[in-house]
This record gives sequence, structure tokens and C-alpha cells, in this order.
Amino acid sequence: MESTIVKAVDYNAYFGDNHVVKNVNIEIPRNNTIAVMGPSGCGKTTFLRGINRMHELIPGATAKGKILLNNEDVLEMHPIFVRLKIGMVFQRPNPFPNLSIYDNVIAGYKLNGIKLPKAEKDKIVEHSLTRVALWNEVKDSLTKKGSFLSGGQQQRLCIARAVAMEPEVLLFDEPTSALDPISTSTVEELFHELKKNYTLIIVTHNMQQAARCSDKTAFFYMGELVEYGETKQMFTNPADIRTQNYITGRFS
Amino acid sequence: MSVHVKYRIGKSRVFQGLTILLSVACVVPLLFILVYIIQAGITKINWHFLTNLPKPVGESGGGIANALLGSIIIIALASVIAIPFGILCGIYLSENKKSKLAYWSRLCVDILQGVPSIVIGIVAYFWLVKPTGSFSALSGSVALAIMMLPIVVRSTEETLLLLPDSLKEAAYALGMPFHRVILKVILPCGISGILSGVMLSIARITGETAPLLFTAFGNPYLSTNILKPMQSLPLLIFNYATSPYNDWHDLAWGASCILLIWVLTLNIITKLITRKWKVQL
Repeated sequence: MESTIVKAVDYNAYFGDNHVVKNVNIEIPRNNTIAVMGPSGCGKTTFLRGINRMHELIPGATAKGKILLNNEDVLEMHPIFVRLKIGMVFQRPNPFPNLSIYDNVIAGYKLNGIKLPKAEKDKIVEHSLTRVALWNEVKDSLTKKGSFLSGGQQQRLCIARAVAMEPEVLLFDEPTSALDPISTSTVEELFHELKKNYTLIIVTHNMQQAARCSDKTAFFYMGELVEYGETKQMFTNPADIRTQNYITGRFS
Repeated sequence: MSVHVKYRIGKSRVFQGLTILLSVACVVPLLFILVYIIQAGITKINWHFLTNLPKPVGESGGGIANALLGSIIIIALASVIAIPFGILCGIYLSENKKSKLAYWSRLCVDILQGVPSIVIGIVAYFWLVKPTGSFSALSGSVALAIMMLPIVVRSTEETLLLLPDSLKEAAYALGMPFHRVILKVILPCGISGILSGVMLSIARITGETAPLLFTAFGNPYLSTNILKPMQSLPLLIFNYATSPYNDWHDLAWGASCILLIWVLTLNIITKLITRKWKVQL
């Protein structure tokens, strides 16, 4: 049996008076890849950012309801603990421009003031970079700045940075929308690898990507979770007419 | 038709010519000042000039050691006071763009920038000189620090506003607390802009005379006691240039030249910093 790792209960998110995410209830099983899709402005990114409490960093943003991580409500926890357990990768690659590739990977330790012995750090860096299939490309230039890499490499560096913290869940906010097709397919291959150790929640605009990469898919429309189920089922035989319209391209 | 086009082309040429002419005209005063002061002052500058005290009237020679040291101490002290305040305030303003406090604080900083330096001098006089009963280098430093503050605040704020939000989000997403996000990510990435603001503010106060007139006051002897009157370059220039003695005029020219070199050097360092330390985003 799969166990649930993240569970949203009546989750609502607002920007001021604007109700963006409406009454979402969802259960996300461990070591699965979940695709969250929907048209622009449907609240999928806001929902994602609610999971690790990045949502509330925006002035005027509030949230109601519960998001349970291993049955603990993240809205009751200190955001710092939440974000240590739930890593995040953003739409645009954002390595720290002032740090080397090496330091970017262990940024979560280094910048948080966690002191580690050199050997340990080396191990984390190599391990994380290997996981994101970047080690062979950058092992000779670890001291160079992160911004020296190409866009796709930078994005994988950002994934490595999140992986290095050994979180339980990884959130991806349209992780390939700023990448070229080759980098995109490299990142998509990573999803299959990463899923063995983490639970992945991926917001995507790209239906093919959702179909290719995910075990389950959630479809958001106008702030509501319209349908949630096995990806295959969803794409071949959607239950809701709105899902069907979206998948067949009636609106986007 | 073609006459009209020719007329327009002509107008455009005249306009272009005017912009070029006037940009050249802007350079002329600076070149004139540079040439004039360097001509008059450079011959007076030597090791003896830099390391000796001014001689009494009638004796030739003498230097500006007291003023040079005084200026360095007063400005260093002003920087120590103004830079932490300025940078922290700039961080607040860039992090809380829309809060009420930010609005008022930004307004006050802008007004402060426009307050005449002599008024700031009077304020320092009433705050520090009168209660302590003595002119002091410290009171001069406080006056200069108030003058530095707006420049440091605004340059910090504007530098930090240019950094993309994605940088901050990356840091928050790694579970970093606010102070670490600021100290370890935001400040290092904006360091070149902040430092150049600091350098420019130092260059700005180096030549300020008015606030020092009734605070640091001046001192013909070498003094390192910040609670006592202290000489500084602009004060020395002011006093000696208005004196009737030729020897003192020479000292004033030499000191002007030093002051000019100082400000030029700071400006060049600023340019180098912005180029060298700029973090490629």
C-alpha cells in the first residue's frame, strides 16, 4: 500500500480579497510524481507555493485550511522547518550568482551556518550532482560561478541544491518552461530517477510533460481542483467535462 | 516636399550639434579647475608638506599633517556612524516597499538630502557642542554622518531593488531565515552597488566645510583626541586662503590639491569596484 505524505484539507489561498485556491482536498502518495496542470491563473502555482509556505512571502497573501506533511500541519509549523523538508525548484534557474558551483550545491548548509567537515561536504556535492546527472559535466569546474553554466545545467544545479538538503518532497514550479527541448528531456529523465527517493509535485503548462512524467495528475480550473487521479486514466478517460475540454485543447 | 525634408534634416543636425557642444561645455569647468589647482598646488606637495605642522606666520615651509590626519579621523568616524545606519535603513526600505514607515522614512531621507550643510552643522552644534561645552571632532563627525546618510540609504535601497526576487525565493526555499537571506545572499550580491554608494558619500563629505566650522572648529596643532577640536583639510583651506599671508596661501593651494586628488581617487575606486565586484546575475 502507498502511504500518504502530503495531504491538503480544505486548503484556501488568497491574495488580499482575491480567492485564488478554493477548497482543495488532495492526498499525495509517497514516492510518486504528481503533475499539477491547468490553464494560466488557475491557482496551481499558488497551491504549490502554499505547500512549503512560500505563498505567504508575498505581501497580502493569506491561506486557510490544512496542509499535512506526514500528518503534521505545515501551517502550524515554523516555515523554516517546512522548507527544509519540502524543497523547491523554480521556473527560472536561480543559482546564487555570488557562489561557486560547489557552494551552490551545499548552499542550504553553508548559508544556514551549518558547519560540515570537508569530506562530508565533498560527498554531498558529488552525490547531489550525480543524482541530477550534472557531475560529469561540472566536476572539473566546481570552483566556477554558478551563472557560468548553461540554462539547463543551471536548472539541474538548482535541483541538486534542493536535493542536497535531503527533503522528503520536491516541488517544481514549471521547471522546464525556460529551457530548450534537450535540457527539458534531461530534466524529465531526472524525474524518474528522483522519484525513487522523493515525492515530486510538478506544476506544468505542458500536457505532454504531465502525461510523460507523472503517476498522478491533478487538474485545476478557476482555483478549484476539478479532477485528480491516475495520469493514464485522466488522459484517456477524464471524468469531468472541463478536464476533457482542456486536454483536447478546447481552451488553454 | 524635398525642401521640407531638407529643412527637417537641417534641424536635426543643429540639434545634434547642440547636444555635442553642450556636453563638451560640461567638461570645461572641471578641466579648468583641475588644471588650475594642480598647477598651483602640485609644486607645494612633498613629503615634508604631508608630515609637518603649519609654521607660524613669517616662517616659510610647514605642512598640513594636522589637517590631513584630522580629516581622515573625522571622516572615518562619520563613516562608522553613517554606514551601518544607512545600509540597514536601505535594506528595510527595499524589503518593505509599501509600508507606512518606509514611506515616511523615504520622504525624510529625501528631505535630509536637501537640507543645507550649514543647517546640519548648527544642529550638531546644539546637540553636541553646546551640551559638552567644547568643540570636538566627534561633533563634526556626527554632522558629516548626517550628510552621508541619505546617499548611503538611497544607493543601498536602489541597488537591492534591482536584485531579482527569484534570488530571495531561492534562499527562502532552502529554509533560510530572514537575517541570513539578507546577510548571505542579498548583501553579497548587491555589494558593488552598496560600496560605490558608500565611496561616493565619502567623496561627498570630504570637502564639506560648513558643518565643520562650528563643530570640529579647527586646530593648529596635531590632535587625535576626538573630544577636542581638530583640524581638517577644508577648514585649513578656508582659514588659510582667507588669511593675508602668502605662505599660508601656498599651504591652502597644496591642501586643495590634496583634497582634489583624494576625491578623484575615491571616484576612480568607485568605478573600479562597480566593474570588478559586480555580481553577474
